Amino acid sequence: MTDALLELHDVAFAWPGQPTLLDIPALALARGESVFLHGPSGSGKTTLLGLLGGVHLPARGSVSLLGQSLSALSSSARDRFRADHTGYLFQQFNLLPFLPVAENIALPCRFSALRARRATERHGSVARAVAILATQLGLDEGLLERRADSLSIGQQQRVAAARALIGQPELVIADEPTSALDADAREAFLTLLFAECRQAHASLLFVSHDRSLAGLFDRNLSLLTLNRAAALETP
Amino acid sequence: MYLLRLAFASLANRRFTALLTVCAIGLSICLLLAVERVRTEARASFANTISGTDLVVGARSGSINLLLYSVFRIGNATNNIRWESFEHFQAHPQVKWAIPLSLGDSHRGYRVLGTSPAYFTHYRYGRRQALAFSAGRPFADDPFDVVLGAEVAQALNYSPGTEIVLAHGVADISLVRHDDKPFRVVGILAPTGTPVDRTLHISLAGMEALHIDWRNGMPARGAARVSADEARAMALQPEAITAFLLGLKSRIATFAVQREINDYRAEPLLAILPGVALQELWGLMSTAERALLIVSMFVVLTGLVGMLTAILASLNERRREMAILRSVGARPAHVFGLLILEAGGIAAVGILLGVALLYLGIVLGRGWVQARYGLFLPLGLPSAHELTILAGIYAAAVTMGAAPAWRAYRQSLADGLSIRL
Repeated sequence: MTDALLELHDVAFAWPGQPTLLDIPALALARGESVFLHGPSGSGKTTLLGLLGGVHLPARGSVSLLGQSLSALSSSARDRFRADHTGYLFQQFNLLPFLPVAENIALPCRFSALRARRATERHGSVARAVAILATQLGLDEGLLERRADSLSIGQQQRVAAARALIGQPELVIADEPTSALDADAREAFLTLLFAECRQAHASLLFVSHDRSLAGLFDRNLSLLTLNRAAALETP
Repeated sequence: MYLLRLAFASLANRRFTALLTVCAIGLSICLLLAVERVRTEARASFANTISGTDLVVGARSGSINLLLYSVFRIGNATNNIRWESFEHFQAHPQVKWAIPLSLGDSHRGYRVLGTSPAYFTHYRYGRRQALAFSAGRPFADDPFDVVLGAEVAQALNYSPGTEIVLAHGVADISLVRHDDKPFRVVGILAPTGTPVDRTLHISLAGMEALHIDWRNGMPARGAARVSADEARAMALQPEAITAFLLGLKSRIATFAVQREINDYRAEPLLAILPGVALQELWGLMSTAERALLIVSMFVVLTGLVGMLTAILASLNERRREMAILRSVGARPAHVFGLLILEAGGIAAVGILLGVALLYLGIVLGRGWVQARYGLFLPLGLPSAHELTILAGIYAAAVTMGAAPAWRAYRQSLADGLSIRL
C-alpha cells in the first residue's frame, strides 16, 4: 500500500484500428498534491483523462485510484466510483445552461450519495455547502438562483470549480479550465482553486497546453516525455 | 426523481419545440378520442332506437329498407300493405299488441306518422322506456289532433294549441299542402334521442281524412273537395298502411310468427326482427366507422413520430449536456432514463391536453351535435375502453422513446466526460 492517490502502471491504450496512442510506464499523484500536466493538442490528453476516470479501459497495465484498480470494477461500479471520488472541471461551457447556478453546483451530490453525505457532514446541508463554496470562490449569493448561462465566462468557471469541489472528492481533474479566461483572471482563478483544493485535501491534476501556469504547481509533468508512444512518433 | 426534474428543465429550455410536439400529440389524441366517443355513442343510440318490439312488418322488400323507413323515417316504402293484413295479424293468438304505421306526409322537413293510440302505450325505445309526454295528451277522437316529437316542437317553437298545416310528400319544400285541413297540436313528447323526436304523430283517421278526396295522387278540385268538417263526419277507415310493429305474448314464438307472416298467402309481407336488422345496418356502416378509426390512429402515430423526430433531432445539440451529466456522475443508464422520461413526459402532457381538448370540444359542441345529428355526447369520465387506448398510446410513446434513448446511451458511452464542439 502506497500513499499515492492515483497510480498508473505500465498503461497502454489505442483507439480501435489506430496505432498505440498512450504508452505510460508510470504516473503517480500523492494525496493533496497539485500537478501540472502539459501536453499539446492531439497528444492524447483527453484520452488519458478518460483512462483516469475509467471511461476507457487500458489495453494493458492498470489504473488505480485510492488503491482500487479501475479495471477490476464493472462499468457501472466504475461510474459510481468516479462520481464518488473525482471532481471534473473542463474548459468553458461545462454547466447545464437551463439550471440555476446553485443546482449546477449541487449536481454531483445528486448522483453520488457519498459526496452528498460529505457535504452535509461538513456544512450541515448540501444547500449550505453550495452557498459556502460559492462565497469562497467569489460568487455573489444573488447569482445562485440565476440561470447558469446568464453568468460571465469567468463566473461560469468558478461555478464549475465549486461543482468539482463539492462533497470533497479526493481528486480534482481540470482540463484546460482557464483557456477561456484572460491572463489576470486565470491567475486569480487558479489561486482560488488551489486554496479550495488545499482546504478539501484534494489532489489536483491540471492539464493544459499553456506552460505559463506551470510554475504555480507542486510538480510539473509533460505528457510527451511520459508517453513512450509519443516519443516514438514525435516528428 | 431528480432525473424527472432534469428532464423537465431540459424540456423547458427547448419549450418551443416541446410545446409544438405536445400540441401535435394532443390534437391527434383529441381526434382519436372524439372519433371513439362518437362511434360508441352512435352505436349505442342506434341500438337504442327501438326496443320491446318483436317484429316489424311491411311490404316485401329488403329488411334494411323496411327498418329504415319504419323506424328511422329514412327513405320510402316500396309498397303499402292492406289494412286487412294488419287486422289479420293483430288478431293472431300470439300477438299481444300491434301498432300500425302510415307514412308519406311531412311538415317542414319532419315526417308525419299516422298511427293508433297503441303507439303511445306500447312503443319502447332505449332500455324499454315508454314514451312520455312533456305537455298535453295523446291524440283522441278528433282526426285533426297532432302529437309532436320533442325536437319538432322545439325547433319550430310549437306548443299545445298551435294550428299547423301538413304537406303531401316528404320533400323539404312541398308543392302540395293540405292547407284545407289544419291540425291542432294536442301533445308534445319528452325527448328520446331517437327518430321519434323528429316525428309528428297523427291518428290513422287523420291520415285518411287528409287524403279522402284525393284521386290518382292529386287533390280533388271544386265540388269534389271535402272540407275538414265534412271529413270529420265520414267513416275514416284506412284501406292501407305502410308497416306495423308487433309485440308478442312470448318471445319464443317470434320465429314461428315471423315465418307465418312471411308465408302469408293473401299479400307478400316481410317480417323482420329489429335487433337483427339493426345489426345488419350497423354492419354496413361499420366499414366507414372502422376506416375513420384507422385514420385517426394513424394521426396519433404521426404525432408520436413527430415527437421521435424532435427528440432525435435534439440529441446532437445535447451531446454536451449528456457529457456534463456524465462528468458529474450520471451513468449511461441515467442518460437512457432521462430520454425515456422526456418521451414519457411529452406523451403524458400530450395525452392530458388531448383529453382536455376533448372535454372542451364536447362542452362547446354537444348542443350543436344533438340538435344537428340527434346524438347525445355524454360528459362522463373516460371509459375503460378509452383509458385502454390512452394507456396503449402512452406505452407506444415510451417504447418509441427508447430509440433516441438508446442512441443517447451509445453516444454518451463514446463521448465520455467531455466533448469539444
